[in-house]
Amino acid sequence: MNDKHMPVLEVKDIVKRFGGLVAVNKVSMKVFPGEVVGLLGDNGAGKSTLIKVVSGVYHQDEGQVFFNGDEVKINNPMDAIRLGIETIYQDLALAENLNVYSNIFLGREKLKKALGLIEVLDHDYMHRESKKVLDQLGIEIPSLKNKIKMLSGGQRQSVAISRSIYWNAKLLIMDEPTAALGVAEQRKVLDLVRTLSSHGVGIIIISHQLYDVFQVSHRLVILRRGEKVGELIVKETNPDEVVSLIVGAELVQNSGR
Amino acid sequence: MSVENIRKLSGTKREWVVLLGRSWIYLFLLGEIIIFSFLGTGFFSAKNFQNIMVNSMTIMLLAAGQTFVIITGGIDLSVGFVMGFASVVSAKMMVSFYALGFPPGLAILSGVLITMLIGFLPGLLNGFLVTKMKVPPFIATFGMYGIAYGFSEIISYNVPITNLPPGVGDFGNGYLLYYLPGKFLTWFRQPAGLARAEIRELVSIVPNIFIISLLIILVFWFILNRTQFGQHTFAIGGNIDAARRSGINVDRHLMKVYVISSFFASLGGIMYVLRFVNGRADAGSVRMLDSVVAVVIGGASLYGGTGGMIGTLIGTFIIGVLETGMVNLGIPTFNKYIYVGVILILAVLIDQFFPELIRKGE
Repeated sequence: MNDKHMPVLEVKDIVKRFGGLVAVNKVSMKVFPGEVVGLLGDNGAGKSTLIKVVSGVYHQDEGQVFFNGDEVKINNPMDAIRLGIETIYQDLALAENLNVYSNIFLGREKLKKALGLIEVLDHDYMHRESKKVLDQLGIEIPSLKNKIKMLSGGQRQSVAISRSIYWNAKLLIMDEPTAALGVAEQRKVLDLVRTLSSHGVGIIIISHQLYDVFQVSHRLVILRRGEKVGELIVKETNPDEVVSLIVGAELVQNSGR
Repeated sequence: MSVENIRKLSGTKREWVVLLGRSWIYLFLLGEIIIFSFLGTGFFSAKNFQNIMVNSMTIMLLAAGQTFVIITGGIDLSVGFVMGFASVVSAKMMVSFYALGFPPGLAILSGVLITMLIGFLPGLLNGFLVTKMKVPPFIATFGMYGIAYGFSEIISYNVPITNLPPGVGDFGNGYLLYYLPGKFLTWFRQPAGLARAEIRELVSIVPNIFIISLLIILVFWFILNRTQFGQHTFAIGGNIDAARRSGINVDRHLMKVYVISSFFASLGGIMYVLRFVNGRADAGSVRMLDSVVAVVIGGASLYGGTGGMIGTLIGTFIIGVLETGMVNLGIPTFNKYIYVGVILILAVLIDQFFPELIRKGE
């Protein structure tokens, strides 16, 4: 399955309309295992809509989605999660009143029999397993018994990511992962992205922070007004070229004069 | 004192403030008991404490269900009148079955069991409205408050249902143990053929309905704290979207939570009939406020995500001790509401001033 030549995700000619508005117009892209793809574009370019199609929030009007080479129908977010497509949102993912390991196991709690009859939560097991996955990803959190509300933004994000990795995510979609984080925290999250990539996870990053995207991405896909206007290898391009694609080359030239 | 001031305090002092913030309800309860013991007559006695237990039972049952609802971020305003509804329905059933020629014991048991089944209905409807129809819990259960009350009045023709089969009050007013010093010890039943003087000396230990309620509450404490169901209850209150996204069937869970609440309220109504040997539509009318107050004093936030059975139990006793103590002192009980109101606001204020410190870690 982890064939380097087979994309973990491929979308083909995706079209999504909202009434008369074409939010995404025949966009195709691929993500290979271990590859970090930056999805760039101005507000309203269609990034979020495209991502929501992949994560099951919206359903495309035209086009196909392939996961590990097989065509899939993703009707709701649970379908996506079951396939191994996880979307990390800034606030949506965690229950702040529960501790770290409870969040990692949320909805899939490990149970054990008490007195041979009643199923109760197996806290020790969940604590142990969570510790393992955090260590594996090099994430440091003082105590896994701490509630999420006591953690920093970056730590929260790490917990959300560890959860998806623990449950075998093959593709991570990160929506503005570094927004609202301090500089040190941003660096940690970007390190984590590199670690995940080395573990063979495919990653799509949406971000307005070009600098961050350039640091971790292998390839960039640029959307403008719902259409794909460019696909660049990071090593072969520079921020100027990318910006001109994002806003439209004419505009840059005009403002340059 | 603000959180900033507390942060500035040195180690030990700060620990004390935090300890106080966390355990003020225990101290408050203790304070109440001490004050009433000094002011009242015969307040500090085993008999009176059993009295408090019995009197607190209704609040405890309603509040136990309410705890689940409030932890999910909802509220159940219908519990008081669902309790009245259950008391009217069960009393009516007992009367009808007895009139049909059932032996009293069977008539009572049938009334109790059928009412327990009917008791699920208001909760199902509340849950349906909240989850499928997206009606805010406040409105859905407030509607149910009126509906349950109206139906109870219709069923009871606006008067308490009386003339229940003989023996209804035996269980509700009975005790686990009867003990006459030096003579005998019996379970559940008062020994027959006692002389007047002996009855006066008879010691009754632990009211039946207290045991039943405590058992049920223990079971639900366990469910809330040790099981997946409890964990999901907290998760929904903490972040409903996260709960949904992690595959929890939130709608079904909320449905169950509202059913639990209405089950407890119905149980309260049945207990009322077993104790007072009548059924009335307003049996629990004032208890809705008490139940919410008990849960909030117990550390639950109305925004959901926090709360617990032990806290609710203490909150219940704070109200129960207050009520009994005021009766003991001869103060009209409606004064209670002033204090209950003050305590509620105090609880919320403490919650706001100490949040980070109190809720640190586990």
